[in-house]
Amino acid sequence: MAELIELSAAEIAARIADGEASAVEVAQAHLDRISDSDAQVKAFLHVDTEGALSAAKAVDDRRRAGEPLGPLAGVPLAMKDVVVTKGLPTTSGSKILQGWIPPYDATVTRRVREAGIVMLGKTNMDEFAMGSSTENSAYQVTRNPWDLSRVPGGSSGGSSAAVAALQAPLAIGTDTGGSIRQPAAVTGIVGHKPTYGAVSRYGLIAFSSSLDQAGPFGRTVEDTALLHQVLAGHDPLDSTSIPEAGPDVVAAAREGARGDLSGVRIGIVSELTGIGGGYQEGVLASFRDAVAILRSLGAEVVEVSCPHFDYALAAYYLIAPSEASSNLARFDSVRYGLRVGDDGTHSLEEVMSLTRERGFGAEVKRRIMIGTYALSSGYYDAYYGQAQKVRTLIAADFTSAFGQADVLVSPTSPFVAFEVGERVADPMAMYVNDLCTLPASLAGTPAISVPCGLSDEAGPALPVGLQIMAPAMADDRCYRVGAAFEAAYVAGNGQILAGVPRLGSVGAGADGAAR
Amino acid sequence: MPDDRSTLTRDEVAHLARLARLAVTEDELDLFAGQLDVILGSIARIGDVAAADIEPTSHAVPLQNVARPDAVIASLPRDEVLAGAPSVEDDRFRVPQILGEEE
Repeated sequence: MAELIELSAAEIAARIADGEASAVEVAQAHLDRISDSDAQVKAFLHVDTEGALSAAKAVDDRRRAGEPLGPLAGVPLAMKDVVVTKGLPTTSGSKILQGWIPPYDATVTRRVREAGIVMLGKTNMDEFAMGSSTENSAYQVTRNPWDLSRVPGGSSGGSSAAVAALQAPLAIGTDTGGSIRQPAAVTGIVGHKPTYGAVSRYGLIAFSSSLDQAGPFGRTVEDTALLHQVLAGHDPLDSTSIPEAGPDVVAAAREGARGDLSGVRIGIVSELTGIGGGYQEGVLASFRDAVAILRSLGAEVVEVSCPHFDYALAAYYLIAPSEASSNLARFDSVRYGLRVGDDGTHSLEEVMSLTRERGFGAEVKRRIMIGTYALSSGYYDAYYGQAQKVRTLIAADFTSAFGQADVLVSPTSPFVAFEVGERVADPMAMYVNDLCTLPASLAGTPAISVPCGLSDEAGPALPVGLQIMAPAMADDRCYRVGAAFEAAYVAGNGQILAGVPRLGSVGAGADGAAR
Repeated sequence: MPDDRSTLTRDEVAHLARLARLAVTEDELDLFAGQLDVILGSIARIGDVAAADIEPTSHAVPLQNVARPDAVIASLPRDEVLAGAPSVEDDRFRVPQILGEEE
């Protein structure tokens, strides 16, 4: 079944619709791939074999009955464990929620199920989505399929690794400061953070409510757009959900794939070009090549300056921990999850403190304490309040830049995938992974990461991502430019994932025996 | 807490942990005091931005306050919700004693 796992989501859906493959066969092929490769990759926290096969059978039954199927019916998907799924364990990567079975579905989950998409299981992540390497999971360290000694990015690293390892053609991630885009970049796949408010947050275990946004991963821009279209739309259950319909991103991806960018103005953000150092040369070289490709497609390339982007890291690491310290107060040992020390000698407050001490990992504790500090009496205006004002300045920089350019581009991350363990001891070394992705998070604007080359500066050839940013509610521009770039890149260099080494017993790439 | 945040002491970290309901260990206090100080040091530059007259932002698209229609809808079934609780008694969440002995 090697062939089925290599197909794009669009191709799988077409085969199922035409009756050339059954959804059950497709689901089984991916479940087999997971059994074969996940001892190495460790992308999944929970695999739902029975649920996946039964969802697939429902799609096959509907097809036989002549019912109309959606554009992704029968296509398998990996779901990040931060998204609640009725009847399926949901931990957000934390011990404090070990064994919890949610009594309801997130809106994202409901939309996936209603589209006939087959959920294979729940993927590993940094605890409560706090991290850039997935090493902060309380359960396991997910490996990058490109090099098993390296991280798959984070916090949505289980999802990115699953897609790169051909365990699923699609996955869902969440992005608070870059947690979709950076893992997509370092595993050689596509990931999009939608406009804040485009996808419902109902049923996402909250980290930083004013920044959290769920979005799609795929191996192609078109697949990513197809999943985006399923996820996006107004939801009355989320008061920050945007009431208007979003753009048609699938049409935009298909238009872009024709490869003509004439008339499109593309801005290079000077502050995200590594002038002050801190970016790997291989990443910058791939970025320069990517800009040359965009120019060759007819785009006009200009340079823009966004001076307040330099303060994005400081603003983010005040806002996100502040909101996290408030959101994570719900883990109080009463309504769900862990309880420690309830032996009749400890008060509720002591039980709460003992439970949180045992149930949370080091990074979560650090952020809760930073947030507690920043929100304390006398500090609020200087920290959280000031950071929210800096967001306004960053958004104003974007507005001014979008007066000169239709989209902005940068590397997605300053680095390629790093070694497991390389950055865990130094929180700031981990935080700088997000340098390029934070501005769009803070402004609430959409951004996509598309593979744009390989860098062997850190050892083996590892993927580099191109970030394409657009104004709020103009997600279609990310997809159009992304698809145009992808078409040109693949025409010149072939599929980037062909470089993934063999995993399990079935070939995943160029050296795969099954090709 | 002192006005000058040039260093975050171990006692201050212990105070933050108490406020955050985290029963941190002695070893963690040593570790976190150093790490939190580095993190706070690098985010302190937020104060360098002149933003006195700037409005704060929390959403990319300005939204009005949203209220749902005043209609009665079913809540989650009690048994399904209690099934996830660490301790249940008489169809309710059971909690440890709230008042200490001395109170």
